[in-house]
Amino acid sequence: MDLTLTEMHRALRDEVNAFIARHRDRAPRPGGGRKRPDRKVLEWQALLLESGYFGRNIPREYGGFGAPHDVIEVAIIADAFSRSGVSPGIHNQGISMLVPTLLEVGTEEQKRRWVGPTIRGEAIWCQGYSEPGSGSDLAAAHTRAAVDDGFFVINGQKIWTSSAHYADMMFLLCRTEPDKPKHAGLSYLLVPMNTPGIEVRPLRTMTGRAEFNDTFFTDVRVPVDQIVMGRGDGWQVANITLKYERLLLGDANKLQNRFEAIRRMMQEPRPDGSRLLDCAEWRDRLLRLQGEVMAARYHNLRLLTDQAEGVDSGLGRLIVKYHGTMLAHRLTSLAVDVLGSAGLAYEPQGEAAEDDPATTWHIDYMYDIGLIIGGGSSNIQKNIIGERGLGLPREPKVGRA
Amino acid sequence: MRFGLTEDQKLFDHSLRGFLSARLPLDVLRRLAEPGNGFDAGLWKGLGELGLQAMLVPEEYGGAGLGLLDAALVAEALGFHAAPTPFAASQVMALRAFQAAADDVQRRIWIPRIAAGEMRIGVGLGGMSGQTGRAALRFQGGRLSGAVDGLLDGGGATHFLVYLADGRAALLDADATGITATVRRSVDRTRPLVDLDLAETPAVELLEASNAPLQVAARVRDAGRVMLAADMLGAAQAMLDRAVAYAKERVQFGRVIGSFQGVKYMCADMATMLEPCRAMVWYAAYAQDAILEEAAIAANHAKAHLAEVTREVARLATEVHGGMGFTDLLGLHFQFKRITFDRQVLGTSERCRHDAAVAQGWIGA
Repeated sequence: MDLTLTEMHRALRDEVNAFIARHRDRAPRPGGGRKRPDRKVLEWQALLLESGYFGRNIPREYGGFGAPHDVIEVAIIADAFSRSGVSPGIHNQGISMLVPTLLEVGTEEQKRRWVGPTIRGEAIWCQGYSEPGSGSDLAAAHTRAAVDDGFFVINGQKIWTSSAHYADMMFLLCRTEPDKPKHAGLSYLLVPMNTPGIEVRPLRTMTGRAEFNDTFFTDVRVPVDQIVMGRGDGWQVANITLKYERLLLGDANKLQNRFEAIRRMMQEPRPDGSRLLDCAEWRDRLLRLQGEVMAARYHNLRLLTDQAEGVDSGLGRLIVKYHGTMLAHRLTSLAVDVLGSAGLAYEPQGEAAEDDPATTWHIDYMYDIGLIIGGGSSNIQKNIIGERGLGLPREPKVGRA
Repeated sequence: MRFGLTEDQKLFDHSLRGFLSARLPLDVLRRLAEPGNGFDAGLWKGLGELGLQAMLVPEEYGGAGLGLLDAALVAEALGFHAAPTPFAASQVMALRAFQAAADDVQRRIWIPRIAAGEMRIGVGLGGMSGQTGRAALRFQGGRLSGAVDGLLDGGGATHFLVYLADGRAALLDADATGITATVRRSVDRTRPLVDLDLAETPAVELLEASNAPLQVAARVRDAGRVMLAADMLGAAQAMLDRAVAYAKERVQFGRVIGSFQGVKYMCADMATMLEPCRAMVWYAAYAQDAILEEAAIAANHAKAHLAEVTREVARLATEVHGGMGFTDLLGLHFQFKRITFDRQVLGTSERCRHDAAVAQGWIGA
C-alpha cells in the first residue's frame, strides 16, 4: 500500500483544482440521463481532452492524451471532479464500452478511424444487443447477417437501444453462422445508423422521455470489413464490451459526485435558516451512504491497481455493476427525499434544453432503475457473481437456440 | 502509488493463517472458548513466536516497526478463525497510547515489555468509546477510584490501561490493591467483558506527555475501531466461505443447493457487500499511519460500515446452512458472535457515524 503523492502528483492535483476553479462555469451539468451532446458538452469535452483530463491514457495516434498509465493520476483527476461536482466529461456507451473494446481487440484501422471521434463526442454509438426474444439470454440473438458480395446483409430487430435515435453508429451483435452452436454463431459488426433499411422507433420510458428505441433492420448492407475480430467471434467481443459496461455502470466516481451534490444540498440553509445536516435522522442517512461510497471508491482504487499490474481482479470486478447501480439508486433516493414535496414539479425538457435540478434528480431516480436492469440485470449479475466469482454451479440448462 | 498488499504482507498473512488453522480446529476452539476469558497461554505463546506481539513496536524498542495495515491483516485473520486471544486493545491500542502519550522514560521501560509479550493490557476508554456501562473514575494523589465497564482484551490481562475523562490514561497492575476485575463471559465466548471496580488503586504510570490528550485518546480509539472492523471482515469472510462451500455440497431436490438461484443470490449478495469492505479496511488502517487528515473519518466509517455489512452477511450465511447453521454443531456461530461483539464494542455504528460527522466538521463535537 503506497498512496503517497509524489511532487508530480501534488502538482497535478493543484493543476486540476485550478483548472476546475477557472473553468467550472463552462461545464455542463452532470446527470439527467442521456442526450446527444450539445455544443456546451462538446466544447467542455474538447477542453478536457486537450488538458489531459479525459482519455488520458489513450494513445495520441488514436486521439487521446497519450500519458503513460498511472493509477493515481487517474484517481486524482476523478476525485477532483467528483468533489467539485463538475462534469468529468462524456460517459456514453461508445466511450466507455466500444473504445476500450477496440483498444483491446480492434484492428489498427478500426482504432484510428473510431477512437478519436468517439472520445471527442462527435461519433455517438448505440448498442445493438437485446432483442425482444433475447434480453438476459443475450447469446440467443436471432438478428441475422448473411454475406452477399462483400457485404453483410442484416435482418432482424433490436430493442432497448438507448440513444439509437441520435446515434451515428451501432455496435451490433448478430447471427452470421446459423449452423454453428448458439454462442459460436455470433459476430460483432459496426453499423452506420444512416444505412438504408434501419428504422428507429422511439420507446417512451417512465421518465416521460424517449431514451430507448426499437430498431428494425431490413436488408441493411454493411461492408464485410466492418467486423470486430472474426466471424463467429461475436460472443467473445460482446463479453469484452460487457466487462467494460459493468465497470461503467458501477462507476465509483459517479457515486462520489452524486454524494457530494447531496451533501451540498443538505448543508444549504433552507428558507427558515435550518440545515438538514443538523437533523440527526437526515445526517445519519447521509453518513450511511458516505460510508458505502467510500468503500466503493477504495475498492475501485484496488481494481485500478490490479488493472495497472495486469492482475485479473476476478470477483472484485464482477460485483461492480450490481453494487454500484444499487448504491446509485439509494443515493438518488436520498436526493429526492431531500427535495421533498417542492421537488415534485417535473417538466423534462426533451433533447433541446437542460432540465431544472429537481427534474434532473427525479429523472436520475427513475433512470437508475433502468441502469439496474440494463447491461445485464441485477439477477444476471448475481448469476455471474455466483457462478464465475464464487464457483457455484450453473442452473441446469433447458433447451438451446 | 499502489493500492494493495506487498509480497511480504501476503507471505506473513499466509503463515499466520496457516498457523491459526492448524492450531484452532473446531474442537480446540470449543475447548478454549468455554471458559470465555479470551485468553490461552499456549496460543498467546505461539502467536508471540510468529511476531504478533512485537509487530507494531518500533525497531529501537525491539519490535518489527510495522504499521496499522499489517495489524489489520492480523486482526482479520484472528476474526476469520475466531481466535480467543488479546490483540486489538493489548497489542495495538495500548501500544499506540504509549507511543503517543508516554514520556521517554515510560517508553523505555514499558514498550520493550509489550514487545516481549510479557504484558497483556486490557483497555477501557469509558465514555469516549461510546460504550454502554459504567464509566466514572476519580484520580487523586496517584490513585484511582470508581468504575469502568467493558474493557477490551481484559481476560488474562497483566495490566489495565484506563482513560480519564480528560484524555490522560492510567496504567494499572492487574494485581494492584483495591482492584476488582470482574470477568464476564460475553455472548462471544472468544472474548470476555471485563468490568473494573477501583478503590484507591495506585496507578503504575500516568500517560500524560501529550499536550493534546483528548486527540491522542481519540486516535487510540480509532485504531481500535479499525482493528474491530478488520476482525468483522475476517469473521464475515469465514462465514461467506463456509456458506459457499456448503452450497456446493448440500443436495436437495436432486441438485446441489448452490445451483438454485435463491441460494446462489444470497451468496452473491454477501460477496457483493463484503468485497468492497476489504479495500475500506485496508484504506482505514493505512490512513491511521499515512493520511492523518482522513484517519478519523476512515476509521469511523470502516467500523460503522463493516458492522452493517457483516451483520447482514452473518445472517445470510447462517441461513444458507439451513437448520444446520442454527445448531451448535457446525460452529458457525463463533464467527456470528464475533461480529455481534465487535459491533457493540468501542461504539456502535450510530456512534461511529456521529464521530465521522464531527471529524469532517459537519457538526460540533
